[in-house]
Amino acid sequence: MKETSYNPQLSRRKFISNLGCLTISFSLIGTDWAEAKPKIVEENLPGALRRQPRLDAWLEVLGDGRVRVLIGKMELGQGVRTAIAQVAAEELDLALNQIEVHLAETERTPNEGYTAGSGSMENTAMSVRYAAAFARQKLLEMAARRWQTESDQLTMANGVVSRKGKKQTLRFAQLLNGAQLEGEVKLPVKLKSPETYRYVGKAIPRTDIEQMVRAQALYVQDLRMPGMVHARVVRPPVYGSKLLSFDEQAFASKAPDLLKTVIDGTFLAVVAADEYQAVLARQSALEHARWSSATPLPEGQDLAQYIRGFPAKSQKVKEQGTTEALDQKDGKTVKASYFKPYQMHGSIGPSCGVALYKEGTLHVWSHSQGIYPFRDALAKMLGLEAEKVHVIGVPGSGCYGHNGADDAATDAALVAMAMPGTPIRLQWMREDEHAWEPYGSAMGMEAEARLDDTGKISHWRYSVWSDGHSNRPGGNPGNLLAAWHLDKPFPQPSMGYFGGGYRNSEPYYDIPNLKIDAHAFEGPLRVSSLRSLGAYANIFAIESLMDELAEKARQDPLDFRLAHSTDERAIAVMKKLGKMIENEKNGPNEGIGLAFSRYKNVASYCAVAAKVAVDKNSGEVKVLGLWAALDAGQVINLDGVINQTEGCLIQATSWTLKEEVGFGQQQISTRDWTSYPIMRYTEVPKVQVVVIDHPELEPLGAGEAAQAPTAAALVNAIYRASGKRIRNLPVKSVDEVG
Amino acid sequence: MSFCVYTFNPAAMLTENAPILPKTERSFDTKSITLTVNGKPRELNVMPWVSLLDALREYIGLTGTKKGCDHGQCGACTVLCDGKRILSCLTLATMKEGAEITTIEGIAPSDTDLHPLQKAFIENDAFQCGYCTPGQICSAIGMLQEGKAHSREEVKELMSGNLCRCGANVYIIDAIMEGIK
Repeated sequence: MKETSYNPQLSRRKFISNLGCLTISFSLIGTDWAEAKPKIVEENLPGALRRQPRLDAWLEVLGDGRVRVLIGKMELGQGVRTAIAQVAAEELDLALNQIEVHLAETERTPNEGYTAGSGSMENTAMSVRYAAAFARQKLLEMAARRWQTESDQLTMANGVVSRKGKKQTLRFAQLLNGAQLEGEVKLPVKLKSPETYRYVGKAIPRTDIEQMVRAQALYVQDLRMPGMVHARVVRPPVYGSKLLSFDEQAFASKAPDLLKTVIDGTFLAVVAADEYQAVLARQSALEHARWSSATPLPEGQDLAQYIRGFPAKSQKVKEQGTTEALDQKDGKTVKASYFKPYQMHGSIGPSCGVALYKEGTLHVWSHSQGIYPFRDALAKMLGLEAEKVHVIGVPGSGCYGHNGADDAATDAALVAMAMPGTPIRLQWMREDEHAWEPYGSAMGMEAEARLDDTGKISHWRYSVWSDGHSNRPGGNPGNLLAAWHLDKPFPQPSMGYFGGGYRNSEPYYDIPNLKIDAHAFEGPLRVSSLRSLGAYANIFAIESLMDELAEKARQDPLDFRLAHSTDERAIAVMKKLGKMIENEKNGPNEGIGLAFSRYKNVASYCAVAAKVAVDKNSGEVKVLGLWAALDAGQVINLDGVINQTEGCLIQATSWTLKEEVGFGQQQISTRDWTSYPIMRYTEVPKVQVVVIDHPELEPLGAGEAAQAPTAAALVNAIYRASGKRIRNLPVKSVDEVG
Repeated sequence: MSFCVYTFNPAAMLTENAPILPKTERSFDTKSITLTVNGKPRELNVMPWVSLLDALREYIGLTGTKKGCDHGQCGACTVLCDGKRILSCLTLATMKEGAEITTIEGIAPSDTDLHPLQKAFIENDAFQCGYCTPGQICSAIGMLQEGKAHSREEVKELMSGNLCRCGANVYIIDAIMEGIK
């Protein structure tokens, strides 16, 4: 096992160059997983490759000897392009700059569904690894046939196959004679052994980084095309509100440079030659539109109670042993209720789509996380054949789940269909993004547990109430915002993927008797996938209760958790976290709290600690430090893993302390960064992440693992600092919650 | 999977930094202004209410400066005006007649070299999605020129107008601290 420590006070690159190597080894003997042999030959192909086994779907050899890798995933700021290049270069004996990665484009790259759930390493990178390794075998076989020798008499480096002991060489393109690699990837595939890795597991700077600091056009928001015009969408005040009338004449006199008004039912968009004209036209259109009022939103209600009043579809997630003992009134049961509000993705760049309808084909440039499922939904909405809709993935601002990307592209597409031949760029206003993006659901949790005489948890009962966590396009037009507003609307499907609601609802500890129930409701606000789905709220509740139980058992919170775990990897991250914070001292009104979870209970392990100070008079909470110990299996790009984990810690802290979507009866009221504040620099604490690398194991994905335990670590720290248990989020200030 | 071949090549339609000049007859009076942008004098005919942000992005084709909120709340649109950092979304282009504007595209000394802060951002991995980066870098350059930031806490205070949603904040501050040294 290898462990990598990172000190945020040192420049990362300097740190790397100073040490020459980022890995520090220590041994941990006697565990199954530590002794696992590297898997050189696998029994199964990775999922995406099983669905699309053709080699030329994943790899193309270019004339100049480089190799183009085609993947169906999007760059979301997670650095997938670089990580994929590392894996492909590794298996094909190429230099990193000999790999070009082509991202998500319909009919061009494999259909890989969504870029979500921290699955790009587990699935895509593994598919590319097998495809590249198989391509290597094929290329060597072809050269062997050409020279009438055996593959083991050949070597490969930098896109050239050479014959051992002879001066014969062939470039990949020469070998293929202008053709592409053919056939399907089939087992057995011989993979590179981790000991020989040149790129995988190393901290490789992202290839798009210089483009970023130079701000070269990289984002869909920056696409420019000859003849392109600008559009804005004009939305009703609230869900369910309809366009009653639009005084087009009076509007046109106020917006004389208008190129077009597109009206279809309640869908209303305006088009102008340049962007600010479109913004002004939108403003004016709002003044000339009359909308119906809609079913009022539950303004002023206690949401924690309110969401439990909905008719719910209930399901048993897990039952083991009996839990009646929890009902005994003998003071051995601890019970508490928790609440997490609606929260938003809040991308810094408002969503944007560019669309062009030309010669019967609709081209759409979008930062959608799933170009194929989006394409299918859009085609159905427009009554076009799927092949006539060509979606090209272009990065947008970081999204952290299903934000307004697909919707803005749909809006642009509707305008483009009304203006054939003209490229349409439609960007949402900040308030469109804040008010219409699909939020992460409000959730209620009720947790109770009982300790036996030895201070161990004997019984556990848990219920969670949540709306669905995925209303992604999924080929269904009803998941596209504009489709609800069309003259012939597509109704919103009743419930998305609810499984996200009980993600991580089962504690990852050894508890003999437990019962977990989930109750799915359909709430008043639009919801979909937000980073880590329900895991954030469930782990907030579970790890808060664990803290209360540890106190009741008079045990150290870390020891208490360790006593309930037999998974060596879980124990390793918790112990590592303990080491990281062992020298931290608390001043007056300061406290350290911690929490642990294994994301989805099958993916990355993460233990988080938080140190806070609580002002005695104002109740104001200041976060002083955040620490995370992470085991994400095999690390592909160390920089990527650390970066993602830090992002999780800071974003989840912002959610926990500050964020809550607000609404009145007829509108979402949090429409800008003042009414929906997020963390600013003055509130950002010091952060430290340690990654435990397992080159011998599969990568597990790191994009969300630290999101879940951060909330509980913070509230547990607040308890240590102030004696107050926070069970409703956001924290805001300790006194406000009481 | 069959790869359908498009006779229309979308990539070929993308022109790098193509200036998108106003295309229609104006019903409004436009005003002719001259700005020096990244060292080059630029004459623009803009309507009086066009923001400096839109003038840069749409009239000159410099899309590095980002649109984030149009209300001066996020800092993504920060540029330098006569060496001082300003929010270009809250600034009317016509008010800056004769001013010297520096955007993210103009801070590197050449195509092969970077500004020290750009280097420091790379050194410190001071981003994830990169959308807020141009505003962060311009704001940091302006802040350093103000000469008020000496400690980490002061940098945090003086950079608090720039939001980062990815949570790359710690590394952004690390990068700026290198700039102070």
